[in-house]
Parts: sequence; structure tokens; C-alpha cells
Amino acid sequence: MADTLQFDLVSPERSLASLEVTEVQIPGSEGDMTAMAGHAPTITTLRPGILRIVSAEGTQSFAVTGGFAEITAAATSVLAERAMPADAVTAEMMAEMKVEAEKFAEGATGETRDVADKLVAEMSELAGALSL
Amino acid sequence: MPSLKDLKNRIGSVKNTRKITKAMQMVAAAKLRRAQEAAEASRPYTERFNAVMSGLAASMGDASGAPTLLAGTGKDQVHLLVVMTAERGLCGGFNANISKLAKARANALTAEGKTVKILTVGKKGRDALKREYGQYFVGHVDLTEVKRIGYSDAQGIARDVLARFEAHEFDVATIFYAKFVNVVTQIPTQQQIIPAVFEEQEDAASTVYDYEPSEEAILADLLPRGVATQLFSALLENGASEQGARMSAMDNATRNAGEMIDKLTIEFNRSRQAVITNELIEIISGAEAL
Repeated sequence: MADTLQFDLVSPERSLASLEVTEVQIPGSEGDMTAMAGHAPTITTLRPGILRIVSAEGTQSFAVTGGFAEITAAATSVLAERAMPADAVTAEMMAEMKVEAEKFAEGATGETRDVADKLVAEMSELAGALSL
Repeated sequence: MPSLKDLKNRIGSVKNTRKITKAMQMVAAAKLRRAQEAAEASRPYTERFNAVMSGLAASMGDASGAPTLLAGTGKDQVHLLVVMTAERGLCGGFNANISKLAKARANALTAEGKTVKILTVGKKGRDALKREYGQYFVGHVDLTEVKRIGYSDAQGIARDVLARFEAHEFDVATIFYAKFVNVVTQIPTQQQIIPAVFEEQEDAASTVYDYEPSEEAILADLLPRGVATQLFSALLENGASEQGARMSAMDNATRNAGEMIDKLTIEFNRSRQAVITNELIEIISGAEAL
């Protein structure tokens, strides 16, 4: 069994990463998970959080917001609505995203309200993780 | 017969026009390259997304619990036409072709007794449709201020469309845009986005996936994103098409201006020669009379 897997990170605007990695840590909506070679085929949605990949060159982190990940034994593709290298995220961008989430939460009612509140909380958590 | 001065002025003004069209062509060429790059950069996402979605949609099959975004409302009485055009003119038949396709569709639908609603994206499409179909307008998205189309723009439109769908304002949504083939060819295209249609993928069923959370939850989460994704790729295609159309239109205009200048210059030279000949005749016949 190969000990690396093909990893692709794409956002609608561009492809951010495509390389061989040993493991991928994914912020799934039901909890974090780590995908390594030979993982069972899985599709999971994402919550806003930090995506880490470990490859021969070291560890890279990306900040991602919603989207989903498709994991197969030999490859993992993450399709994020918005993604950028974690160290490229500025305080202003984070604030903007938070404002957006809060605005969404304000207008929401009922079931979407819960989703929106969760989104706001996750955004704050993401900001904390990036220490912004 | 225009005077020499008039001709000179006309040549000057056509030369100025040629300078402008030439500049516009070059600007369009630069923008086209950027638009094409953007369209290409978005392709991996769209392809992957559609592959996963069609797999999901196929496995959901015609289960009764399928979300309405996929299965539809069960009716097709009210149609929403999302007409995407450019914000500016001077790009050949680009805007006209898209509006024409939308008009044909609107006419066909009203002839069948269906209700038509129109959402315009881009100023030119609204102007073209206002006269005949103004009463069908339900909204307009202005992208004049947007320099580079981002995913958030598509999300904005998607949110608008989805809110209308949730409010049961329409049953079927179709987008109209121009598919970019190359600089001289852009194909006006219509594409149904609600209920979602996915191309059948042959190998889609080959892998059995675990879903986290459940299949239904993922589908419910992804379908709205699918609308945004389709709108986004249509916007990008449209952007590239617009610049391509403008480039070839301006190239034509530049060439025509050049031909016109040549013609006017010949005319100018001829009349100048005629004036000189006339003066000579006058002088000679004057001298002979002495």
C-alpha cells in the first residue's frame, strides 16, 4: 500500500494546492478527521476551520470555509467555498467574514437560525485558531 | 461635392475613431486573457463538484424525500429566466444574441400558457428586454461596480434566486449566457439550474462512499452551493465571451476605419488635384487672352 495520497485543494476561483501528502487533517462538519492513504471512500461537508496537510516538505495550513471533501483510498480532494493559506489571512479578512456570518445570522429564523449561529461560533473559533 | 477642408476634417475624425477602437481592442485582448485564466482556474472546482453531485443525485434516485431543489416542485408553471449579459455595449452581437435567445424562450413559454419571470444580470440585457418584457421583470443585479468577478458575486445572485425559490415564486429557473468557444465564436446558451440537472457520469456509481453527515444532509447542503457554482461558471464564461466579442468587434471597426481613411484620402487627393488643374486652366486661358 502506498503511503502517500494525492491531495487537491480547489476553491471556485483557483486551485490552491495539488501535491502528494502523507496525511490531511480536515475540519469536517461532524468533527475533525485525518485522512491517510487507504482511507475508506468518504464524502464529508466542511465547517470553517483549519485544514492541515503533512507532506514530505513539511506541514502546510489552509483556512477554509464551507464546502466538502471527497476522500478515496488514493486521493483526497477538498472543494472549499473560500480557501487561502493560513498565514495569508489578515485580521481584516477575518473581520469581514465574521460580519458576513453575523449578518446572515440576523436575518435567519428557525432552523437556519441555528445553522447561522453555529457558523458565527465557528468563525470566531477559526479566528482564535489563527490568533487574529 | 465636399470641400477640401471638409474632407480633411473627416479624415481627421475617422483617424481618431480608429485610434479609439484600436485601443479598445487591445484593452479587450488583455482583459480576455485574464477572463480566460479565471474561467480556467474555476474549472477543476466545477468539474469535481458536478461529478460528486451527479453521483449523489443518482444514488438518491427518485426517492420521495429528495430536496425540491433537485426534484423540483412537481409543477412547471412559473419559469424564472436569469438573463446574464454585459454591463457595456460595443461588443458586437454579444448582448443581442443572449437577449434574443431569452426572448425566444419567453415567447415559447407564454405561448404554452406558462408564467414567465425575468431576472436580469447586467444592464444591457435589461435595456434590450425592457420594452417588450418589462412587465415580467422581478429583479436586476447590477455588476457595474465589479471589476473582477468573484465567487461572492455569484453567491449574491444565488442567494437572491434561492430566496425566491423558497418563497415559491417560481418552479423552474433557467440561466442564459454565452459560452466562450474562441475569440470569434461565443454560443448563447440556456441551462436549467433549478431543479438541478446533472450530466450522467458513467463511472459515478463505481465507488461507494461513506457520507458524513447523512447523504440527505450533504445533498441539502450542497444543492444551494451548486446553484452558486453554476452561476459562477456562467458569469466567468460570459466575462470571457464579452471580451472576446468586443475584441473581434473592435478589430473589425479598426479595419473598417482604415478602409474609410484610404478612401477619403484618395478622394481628398483627387479634389486637390482638380483644384490645381482648374487654377492652371484659368491662368493659361487668362494668359492667352492677353
